[in-house]
Amino acid sequence: MTPEVLTLSETPWLFTAAMLIKVIVAFVVTLLIVAYATYAERKIIGRMQTRLGPTMTGPMGLLQPIADGLKLFFKEDIIPSQAHWFAFIIAPIMILAPAFLSIVVIPFGADFQFTYDGTLYAVPLQITDLNIGVLFILAMAGLGVYGIVLAGLASNSKYSLLGGIRSTAQMISYELAAGLSIVAIFMLSETLSMRGIVAAQQGPLWGLESLSFLPNWFIFSQPLAFLLFIVGSMAEINRTPFDLPEAETELVSGFCTEYSAMKYALFFMAEYANMITVSAIAATLFFGGWAGPFYGWINFLLKVFAFMFFFIWIRATFPRLRYDQLMFLGWKVMLPAALVNIVITGIAILLW
Amino acid sequence: MEAILFYLTALVAIVSAVFVTQCRNPINSALNLITTFLCLAVFYVMLESPFMAAIQIMVYAGAIMVLIVFVIMLLNLGLAVKTRYTHGLAGGGVLAAIILLLANYFIRAGEATGTGGEITSEVIAKYGHTELIGRAMFVDFLLPFEIASILLLVAIVGAVILSKREV
Repeated sequence: MTPEVLTLSETPWLFTAAMLIKVIVAFVVTLLIVAYATYAERKIIGRMQTRLGPTMTGPMGLLQPIADGLKLFFKEDIIPSQAHWFAFIIAPIMILAPAFLSIVVIPFGADFQFTYDGTLYAVPLQITDLNIGVLFILAMAGLGVYGIVLAGLASNSKYSLLGGIRSTAQMISYELAAGLSIVAIFMLSETLSMRGIVAAQQGPLWGLESLSFLPNWFIFSQPLAFLLFIVGSMAEINRTPFDLPEAETELVSGFCTEYSAMKYALFFMAEYANMITVSAIAATLFFGGWAGPFYGWINFLLKVFAFMFFFIWIRATFPRLRYDQLMFLGWKVMLPAALVNIVITGIAILLW
Repeated sequence: MEAILFYLTALVAIVSAVFVTQCRNPINSALNLITTFLCLAVFYVMLESPFMAAIQIMVYAGAIMVLIVFVIMLLNLGLAVKTRYTHGLAGGGVLAAIILLLANYFIRAGEATGTGGEITSEVIAKYGHTELIGRAMFVDFLLPFEIASILLLVAIVGAVILSKREV
């Protein structure tokens, strides 16, 4: 018996309930991961630098994110008198919203099946399956620039302005390379839907039975695209070694110098939310999404956590790039490499 | 349901478009223009062209407007334009009214002949909007596409030459 798919027109109440549950669960889980990513980052970097990290608040410092959140929530919210108040208020919102919106199209598990009123229904574990899924993510990444630009512009302070200018140049340059590296994935999967891309990665590698010990993940077909995507998206979300927009040693704290209290916290939440989004996209596009040895969403979360650990590890390892090195890498190395990768993929598809 | 959504979005689009011209602050104008672009993307979704909606956000809101805001930031165009310029306002108003009347006249003058081509909702649902656009661009209209890309290439080369001190 093939299960029925919930639709708004035929089963409105079930559809609405399933949608609400999916949205709330995805949002709450993301927020929880954001909160504990700050803890994990401090703990892991502490260990890598032979320190302990937070230990005092709660057992092993586990309540530290909650304490930080409460502290920032109750602090005075200062808007500088010379700032442009509307853009100043809207900037943290405009950086956080696209980060969370990208999670909408990411599939985090196989279909969930249940019986109601004698009929078998299937709910895809994905908030919505847009047939332009990947483009939606790229569009949201493009909108994410505004938060930082507006923060730099509205603060009316020199450090913020310098941070804003740096970050705009950086994000525009690397968005291109990261976007072009994903094009090679579309060419292999022949679909833009995230669900379709996960489905294209099932089975043994390249459909060969002799390679059945390896899954057909796109990391094996497209290692260069994966490298470009990881480096490009790391630059796009301003993680070290690409954190020039907020370089503490030069720019105090870059674009968020003038921010305080909850607005400042929103910038940090956005950074971690972006990290989660990028990890989830990398896991979906290159590592088979929720496919793996365990139950659907457990695989997916494991992959996301592995990527986040990788990002934190990079932060503890590499020094910050210089501005000219950054531009050189973006325009003269990554962009040509991404274009060459597309051409090679096209030739390979034509030949096989 | 869809009509309500359409009118609400249209209201937001028109109000923000008016504010683009009325704001004294270039930042506010830019923000309003972004809002207009997002509303246009919603219209594309309603017209069953999600690909165009994504491209609208990626190219216009995500790239071109970022560059405009970047220029505002680099030139540091002050936080407000103090004086309001009114020259040419009357002429522009008359011109706009004439164009509106003419456009209305042409729209209502005759019967529309070519309503409903081969691309219907069923075709879009079957093949997907992205594939249809791809086929049209790279198979049916390949030559115009190539001409447009050469035009863009010329523009890029020109920009590079203009910005370099010595070529």
